[in-house]
Amino acid sequence: MSSITSSSRFVNIGERTNVTGSAKFKKLILAGDYEAAVEVARDQVENGAQIIDINMDEGLLDAHEAMTTFIKRIAAEPDIARVPLMIDSSKWSVIEAGLKCVSGKPIVNSISMKEGEEAFLHHARLCMAYGAAVVVMAFDETGQADTQARKVEICKRAYDLLIGIGFPPEDIIFDPNIFAVATGIEEHNNYGVDFIEAIKELRVLCPHAHYSGGLSNLSFSFRGNEPVRRAMHSIFLYHAIPAGLDMAIVNAGQLDIYDEIKPELRVACEDVILNRDPDATERLIALAEKYRGTDVAQEKAEAEWRGWPVTKRLEHALVKGIDAHIVDDTEEARLAIKAAGGRPIEVIEGPLMDGMNVVGDLFGSGRMFLPQVVKSARVMKKAVAHLFPYIEAEKEAGAKGKGKIIMATVKGDVHDIGKNIVGVVLQCNGFEIVDLGVMVPWPTILQAAVEHDADMIGLSGLITPSLDEMVTVAEEMEKAGMSMPLMIGGATTSKTHTALRIEPVYSGPVIHVLDASRAVGVAGTLVSDTMADKFVADTRAEYSDIRDARAGKTAKPLATLEEARANAFEIDESMKPAAPQKPGVHVYDDWDLADLRNYIDWTPFFRAWELHGNFPAILTDEIVGESATGLFSDANAMLDKIINEKWLRAKGVAGLWPCRRDGDDVLVYCEQTEAHVRLPFLRQQIAKRAGKANMCLADFISRDGDWIGGFAVTTGHGIETHLAQFKANIDDYSDIMLKALADRLAEAFAERMHEHVRKDLWGYAPEEQFTPEALNREEYRGIRPAPGYPACPDHSMKPTLFDLLDATPTTGITLTESFAMLPTAAVSGLYFGHPQSEYFGVARIGDDQVSDYAARRGLDMDRARQYLRPNLNE
Amino acid sequence: MNARENFVARAAQQILVFDGGYGTAIQGYKLSEADYRGELELTHDQKGNNDLLSLTRPDVVGAIHSAYLEAGADMIETNTFSATKISMADYGCEHLVWELNVESAKLARACCEDAEAKDGIKRFVAGSIGPTNKTLSLSPDVNDPGYREIDFDYLKDVYREQCDALIEGGVDFLLIETIFDTLNAKCAAMAAQEAAAACGRDVPLMISMTITDMAGRNLSGHTVEAFWAAIRHVKPLTIGLNCSFGADLLRPHLAALSKQADTLVMAYPNAGLPNDLAEYDELPETTAQLIGQWLDDGLVNIVGGCCGTTPAHIAAIAKAVADRAPRAIPKADIVTRLAGLEPFVMAA
Repeated sequence: MSSITSSSRFVNIGERTNVTGSAKFKKLILAGDYEAAVEVARDQVENGAQIIDINMDEGLLDAHEAMTTFIKRIAAEPDIARVPLMIDSSKWSVIEAGLKCVSGKPIVNSISMKEGEEAFLHHARLCMAYGAAVVVMAFDETGQADTQARKVEICKRAYDLLIGIGFPPEDIIFDPNIFAVATGIEEHNNYGVDFIEAIKELRVLCPHAHYSGGLSNLSFSFRGNEPVRRAMHSIFLYHAIPAGLDMAIVNAGQLDIYDEIKPELRVACEDVILNRDPDATERLIALAEKYRGTDVAQEKAEAEWRGWPVTKRLEHALVKGIDAHIVDDTEEARLAIKAAGGRPIEVIEGPLMDGMNVVGDLFGSGRMFLPQVVKSARVMKKAVAHLFPYIEAEKEAGAKGKGKIIMATVKGDVHDIGKNIVGVVLQCNGFEIVDLGVMVPWPTILQAAVEHDADMIGLSGLITPSLDEMVTVAEEMEKAGMSMPLMIGGATTSKTHTALRIEPVYSGPVIHVLDASRAVGVAGTLVSDTMADKFVADTRAEYSDIRDARAGKTAKPLATLEEARANAFEIDESMKPAAPQKPGVHVYDDWDLADLRNYIDWTPFFRAWELHGNFPAILTDEIVGESATGLFSDANAMLDKIINEKWLRAKGVAGLWPCRRDGDDVLVYCEQTEAHVRLPFLRQQIAKRAGKANMCLADFISRDGDWIGGFAVTTGHGIETHLAQFKANIDDYSDIMLKALADRLAEAFAERMHEHVRKDLWGYAPEEQFTPEALNREEYRGIRPAPGYPACPDHSMKPTLFDLLDATPTTGITLTESFAMLPTAAVSGLYFGHPQSEYFGVARIGDDQVSDYAARRGLDMDRARQYLRPNLNE
Repeated sequence: MNARENFVARAAQQILVFDGGYGTAIQGYKLSEADYRGELELTHDQKGNNDLLSLTRPDVVGAIHSAYLEAGADMIETNTFSATKISMADYGCEHLVWELNVESAKLARACCEDAEAKDGIKRFVAGSIGPTNKTLSLSPDVNDPGYREIDFDYLKDVYREQCDALIEGGVDFLLIETIFDTLNAKCAAMAAQEAAAACGRDVPLMISMTITDMAGRNLSGHTVEAFWAAIRHVKPLTIGLNCSFGADLLRPHLAALSKQADTLVMAYPNAGLPNDLAEYDELPETTAQLIGQWLDDGLVNIVGGCCGTTPAHIAAIAKAVADRAPRAIPKADIVTRLAGLEPFVMAA
């Protein structure tokens, strides 16, 4: 074992919520700042404390009051209260007051035979009555046990007394006293060995009991020299744990990895602790000086920036994304500018914008990445929010910034992560953003543009029907006689679509913006007096070229529908999956998020933040690695909260139904309604090489009777309250993070549900064993194509699927008029179980199939063309 | 053979049957304010104070007890779910707490004796101890999470009064039920143990938690395993779950508890989930069939019903469990079980 923290048996007890061990905590409690004190506890649990020790023994405190108040406060924090408490006091009355407030099963720390057997057994009986495990100090009427023999004698005596009153042996934890070594007093030299050897002996004598100790005593002679103390603690644990030490009160964050301790220091510490050499103490003392202060220097550097001039501090806070002091610093800057006769707006125009320009330059030159920029923006927003009332009070005719941009996710679409990122980046660069939110109908967009006297409009959307809606907005802008630039962005948008469909209907400038990093350049150019005209003209020319090229391309012939059908894929009927083990519809009301976490595919998460590369390699990427690692750590911290505090609820439904193929349709037999439901699919018509079929999903279903499945899952329930809170805190970073994580969890849920279907519900692959990575690479048997994606591109199939699953009542997922799912973090699709089924893209289809499909779906041609727009051959 | 030994011996042979809901049955009598208050001089309206009926309409309460015994119940509970100073304050009846508990216990005992006279088989009376409407673990004030309406010592005194009176009235067991707050339960259990010790009679404890969310936690946030870790020190005769939801949804949580608990397991679910009119409409056969599934997995030793269940449900359950094998009590590993809201087990 080379690392202490890797021991699964060893229990870390958090020591920071102890007024005798933490000066910071003591200060907070003395000041009555329980809110901040609660955060200390949270921090400990987040950092891996499995039990938290609470001690309020301080002369200036009413320990009863402090103990009970603090325990009640943390009871309201599920992510803290999930771990057991250790109620620590030298006064029994304080312990008992604490026991009356603890709802779980705690540990009492401590009782002893110091005042004789009677008091000892009285306290032990009360521990039993309240239901607590107990730490027993090796202390008797004559004093604390120092030598191995005394430690063993006292603990064994206590053990026998406790067993005598029926105390459960497993609830006894001995603390045989860790004393200071290297004190210069010769009798102390063997204290480390005494402790370790005593435990070894006691383990045999006292079955089921446990052993604990307070580590900080050990290194008492080296107080003020943290590097040496840390090394001593780590080395002591390295030897005491195998001897039987089960737990220790320790700051887990302040232990070194044994192997990483410098060999000279390690040997010197080991000699002292194990008492291997009479000169060990002197050697360690001599060596210790070399290590003294190595920590302090680092801390000093970290705190140093607080001493800088205020403008420099603001810049530092913005670049580093530190919001702890931003309001104070902004206020200081405001007062300084006011004293010099300036106005509050100058704080923004001066130091804050200077700072953001540094951020912008770093971002532009690739030395800073989007997650850091969003953190910087959070700091900026907090500063601006502080200044806003002062600016308002002066009622200045607000000097216009670089420009005002209306931003919206179009009607029918609910996705806004990308739009929010672009908004933040533009704001950082001095643009004023009017964010209209999601599902915004065109009249609202146009009206806002006029009312705000906007310089341009930015539209966003993720699902394919949004492309049509963007065309509609552009058409309406044209009708309204507008001429301001229109920016188009979002995952399914493209330069080609913009050139082909949007630009021709609007006479003002139309620009497709690939990602957030380009948004600033584009918007900046569009408001520039000198560059705008040329840029607009160049873009027009480029889009025109795209249209010309495309016009040539459409000449490429497609197979007729008849020909394509003749070249259909033939499945091997003998490989058809057996009937499901559990047919019908299965509802899952609250799937364990902790389980879903293991199924997350992280690569798309980083892509959402515009960090490109595969996970986990991206974490060590030369360029974006640092940024990705920071983002990943923030994401996991939030995931912990999402899971522990149940921010989100995973609801899902999966169904398996008998069916058969009918041409390019699948007829699904629905037991509830005793009716056949028709699922029409689309067939590839692009010309194929010999031996390659023109695929259609219906091909994977047998004409002689088969099975098909469907699912809808969401992890979006509950998200709104948290988003509202982030909005209230002006925290875009967390807002975007939570949305991105919810999306990932929904995808993970789809993956997990598919596995559940394969192994259990359908059960055709009960033995399959795939790692999450292999699952993400789709190595399993069967597919789960989603309506709106390449294999069945028609989003309008979702209502049919939802009816079959009865998905809306059971999962709470609703569909917008464009068939986007709400909550946004949702996935739905179909299951095909045949081993030969595979993903493909339908791509372009001919008019013959459009009219055939319209007839099969019972749609008029216009509506069918609208639904199939992205696949039309034009 | 005292009640404990008798109960344990019977439970080793068969699934024992507990009674069902009282609220629905009482509603069926369509009692008026005058029925509720009887001859008592009381300041508040009493309609809805079901526990008071033990004094004012003992015929009604006795009839329900007898109906459950006839349906096949081996044990019934006293009509004292809310008979504490805290809950009775809502009706201005704090002064009646002692009498309510003593008389309810005697009434239940008398009904059992009638049944025993017919077939000679011992019936048991469990003294019902509800959670009260106050909580030790949660603040009623969202702006002050550290605030509590009551404290441990006060609540313990309140429970102690009820326990003493129930023992005085002759109950066999003290049943702390519908536990939504684990600390309230620990407090009640401590009061019950002290009351039993004071009377010098062996009065075993029965403990029953209620789950308030689908994730399997009670209102104070404990999982069933954490709850067990927090309460097992009182060495209850039975541990289990009641109310919550129907037998189907209760099953996974019952399984988790059953696996760990080295004592008898008792569960009495609602008759499914309430419908849109807040009525329970699960049929007796359905409840019985769902409980039958618990037996398939050996999850329980004692079964009964809670909200919405009727003598017909208990009769169906009694029929379904007759001749079925009871759960074997597992031997617990000697490991340290601590708990926050979640269990924490230290390896041996």
